Amino acid sequence: MLSPSDSDLGTPHRSGENTVTLEIDGRAVTVPVGTSVMRAAAVSGVSVPKLCATDSIEPFGSCRLCLVEIEGRKGYPASCTTLVEPGMRVSTQSEQLAKLRRGVMELYISDHPLDCLTCPANGNCELQTMAGAVGLREVRYGYAGENHIHDTHRDESNPYFTYDPSKCIVCSRCVRACEEVQGTFALTITGRGFGSRVTAGQNETFLESECVSCGACVQACPTATLTEKSVIEMGQPTHSVVTTCAYCGVGCAFRAEMQGSRVVRMLPYKDGKANHGHSCVKGRFAWGYATHPDRVTRPMIRAKITDPWREVSWEEAVGHAAAEFRRIQTKYGRDSIGGITSSRCTNEETYLVQKMVRAAFGNNNTDTCARVCHSPTGYGLGQTLGTSAGTQEFDSVDHADVIMVIGANPTDAHPVFASHLKKRLRAGAKLIVVDPRRIDLVEGPHVKADYHLQLRPGTNVALINALAHVVVSEGLLNEAFVAARCDAREFAKWKKFIIEPHNSPEALAEVTGVPAEQLRGAARLYATGGNAAIYYGLGVTEHSQGSTMVIGIANLAMVTGNIGREGVGVNPLRGQNNVQGSCDMGSFPHEFPGYRHVSDDAVRASFEAAWHVSLQAEPGLRIPNMFDAALDGSFRGLYVQGEDLVQSDPNIQQVAAALQSLECLVVQDLFLNETARYAHVFLPGSSFLEKDGTFTNAERRISRVRRAMAPLGGKADWEVTVALSNALGYPMHYDHPSQIMDEIARLTPTFSGVSYEKLDQLGSLQWPCNAEHPEGTPVMHVGKFVRGQGRFMLTEYVPTDERASARYPLLMTTGRILSQYNVGAQTRRTANVAWHSEDRIEIHPHDAEERGIREGDWVGVASRAGETVLRAEVTERVQPGVVYTTFHFPESGANVVTTENSDWATNCPEYKVTAVQLMRVSQPSTWQRDHRRFAEEQAALWRARQPVGQP
Amino acid sequence: MNTERLVTMANQIEAFFRAEPDRAVAIDGIATHIRRFWAPRMREAIVAHVAAGGAGLGELAKAAVLRL
Repeated sequence: MLSPSDSDLGTPHRSGENTVTLEIDGRAVTVPVGTSVMRAAAVSGVSVPKLCATDSIEPFGSCRLCLVEIEGRKGYPASCTTLVEPGMRVSTQSEQLAKLRRGVMELYISDHPLDCLTCPANGNCELQTMAGAVGLREVRYGYAGENHIHDTHRDESNPYFTYDPSKCIVCSRCVRACEEVQGTFALTITGRGFGSRVTAGQNETFLESECVSCGACVQACPTATLTEKSVIEMGQPTHSVVTTCAYCGVGCAFRAEMQGSRVVRMLPYKDGKANHGHSCVKGRFAWGYATHPDRVTRPMIRAKITDPWREVSWEEAVGHAAAEFRRIQTKYGRDSIGGITSSRCTNEETYLVQKMVRAAFGNNNTDTCARVCHSPTGYGLGQTLGTSAGTQEFDSVDHADVIMVIGANPTDAHPVFASHLKKRLRAGAKLIVVDPRRIDLVEGPHVKADYHLQLRPGTNVALINALAHVVVSEGLLNEAFVAARCDAREFAKWKKFIIEPHNSPEALAEVTGVPAEQLRGAARLYATGGNAAIYYGLGVTEHSQGSTMVIGIANLAMVTGNIGREGVGVNPLRGQNNVQGSCDMGSFPHEFPGYRHVSDDAVRASFEAAWHVSLQAEPGLRIPNMFDAALDGSFRGLYVQGEDLVQSDPNIQQVAAALQSLECLVVQDLFLNETARYAHVFLPGSSFLEKDGTFTNAERRISRVRRAMAPLGGKADWEVTVALSNALGYPMHYDHPSQIMDEIARLTPTFSGVSYEKLDQLGSLQWPCNAEHPEGTPVMHVGKFVRGQGRFMLTEYVPTDERASARYPLLMTTGRILSQYNVGAQTRRTANVAWHSEDRIEIHPHDAEERGIREGDWVGVASRAGETVLRAEVTERVQPGVVYTTFHFPESGANVVTTENSDWATNCPEYKVTAVQLMRVSQPSTWQRDHRRFAEEQAALWRARQPVGQP
Repeated sequence: MNTERLVTMANQIEAFFRAEPDRAVAIDGIATHIRRFWAPRMREAIVAHVAAGGAGLGELAKAAVLRL
């Protein structure tokens, strides 16, 4: 069910410059060609009764409630399926229409239970509203005989919503939403007449079926047939707050519908420019973690990690942390401490942390978890194009003719964009998938990749070079674009390099495993198929040549002229909600907000003047460098805001050893996570529902996060950083995050036009937002690259050191699954575990058979870094020689196995290539036993905590 | 700092710039990269390592470190 706050114009928006003017109920209205009469009426302020129509899906014309009269036409056409025509004169009300509509409603109501007072849709039921709108006063037909009313077979299998057939009016809105909006095609109507039922999958329960629980069907349902369980339990919301999802980098806008300070449901916001009213199972339903009993809401301290925690006041906790940091700096030097923020935090929070590190700590030891995901994007796109961001807005995909998805799995990791992308594919765009694994996009309902370049892990650069080789050697390059837009000298050098025979598909086929003819076909399609857009993910960046691959992608886009307009571009799909923003905000140790190096005297002077402090001109330590420095004794104190290093970073045994060597570890988080087990100070964090701020999504879109409830711990995260900075003797004065954004805008040219006021006016803004682009920039590099001329760079393929060997013959790669999110801290604490309650390792049947491994077996996964034990999933999704796992559950220890190998330019870990061996085992690994014991010890220390005020 | 790790990192940087046909440009690229992205203690450690013979370092990387 839609929110009563959202308008529904009945049928989808049509765009175009050509318009039609017609008259509806005597009022002239002008709308784009292709608009329905129903929508035109709604635009003019006339509401035509409807049931089967809603503006997120194409009209169907089944309910016959929206009949109208059109001058000069016979009969009563349905206004939803009738398109406007010039000069058309429409009447939406007449005695005859009223009679017809009442007749239709009477039939509907004769097949619908009249339990409105106890129905969960009471107060927000379209059927009820329409009965009122058409003036239904009696139902002449009895309830004897066939009907839906007595069908009591409710499907409650889905943890978040129910299906109640007795309430169904068979409008098919749910079925159409599943097809058109989500693109899963999980639902159908089986049976006929009174026997019609919404059916999931092959007559399965919703949970058993291929339904991805995106909620589109529930949202589309006009009655209580498909209803959120939270609404059934709590009733209708009383107010709402528009905010931004805190999961992936799509950055969906949601309406948090509330009763007091309790969330009743999260409903995707129709005016959200990233999601246009769609959602996935995480954002739509998995918000329960925010009030989970595991939340730690009191500050705590302890001298040693073997001590029980002691709950203290905020003042004592923050004062203790500050005193410890100052003690360490006095003893070991100014550079012996640092801070790490999370891409789950807001722009304002990450800005404050890097400010505190630079101004109060007095060094540049600040980093963000983007280090371990998209730091190569920052380097690669910055070097070639001039700025560290994707080039397009999501809607640009509507204009793409060829879409190349490299090392990304959008249906799992960026589901709402994946639905958008699949819609474009169903409309005819071509698809090239570059992935070692057969992801869902390769072949799914009404989607089939034209090419699946199933390369071996670690050979991305060889593949991108071969693609570019074909483009250049076959003369498919866009010479006019290159001549006009790119550095001629660099291009000439690159051209000479790329056409060398060792970069040909034939020469590299053995390396990549991709047949040369297949690769040539894909290259030709990309170069000649019209607008070609590249979307990529961590399968590109998390390699020893991650930055080289990003450069290679930029080279390919430039040489084919696929940059600087709609439908093309280079688009990093950011893993977390604010990866883009945390990078924009100067979280990296070498650059200030706006990607400006700390050694730039003029830039540094501007921050020194604003912050009234002298700043270091040298880059600080990156996260892995911090760990190395901790192990060598030169780094002793760390402030971690919202990041779980001990689960998310590679070679976690070494990470744990580094954290254990610290004299003061301060963790600020919602939960006592893996990292907090090594902490001396714990500061309660706040969820996205508890604070104000902004997130910046993968399309550079800055969107507001709005407080829906008070922080459970008493302070929003930005207030905690302010308190810590104040305690360190570097006062910060902010009353509201809007003031922090104002400071960001004053100091960052690309944000100079951003303010909360403008965000409230326009909904969201894509940076650069400045005097030149006061309402933001949907497409970058139009007419000119940010750096002036595009820069081609040489991208020699260098094999990773992490190679399969006799001892470790398989290559392991890692990724994410739809229902879980990253380290799982949020989603593990929701009913999403119904879909994925443990991490499994995927292995090809041939490799499994060789090792005697069967589905569900426990298998040891050993690498040179460590060993863990997971259950096997035998599947042909992975190719022989490759295994795959997720990292959502700490006890799985996926990152016990991954190594410290990293990208040459940024130290982004090589999560995607780890040489391993698998064998059947019967017990957990040593690490897992130690981990369980340590977790139990720490849980005991938590249970033994002293409450506030006790000695 | 872990010298072995730094040597590996420097050699990885060298591997990227090795494609550059102009040796001077390659060395300059390596040196600039280290200067812009490595914290002072990392640079000091690699400089000390080169002063001690620079075992394990590639030829271009070593030349670049000498310019830091």
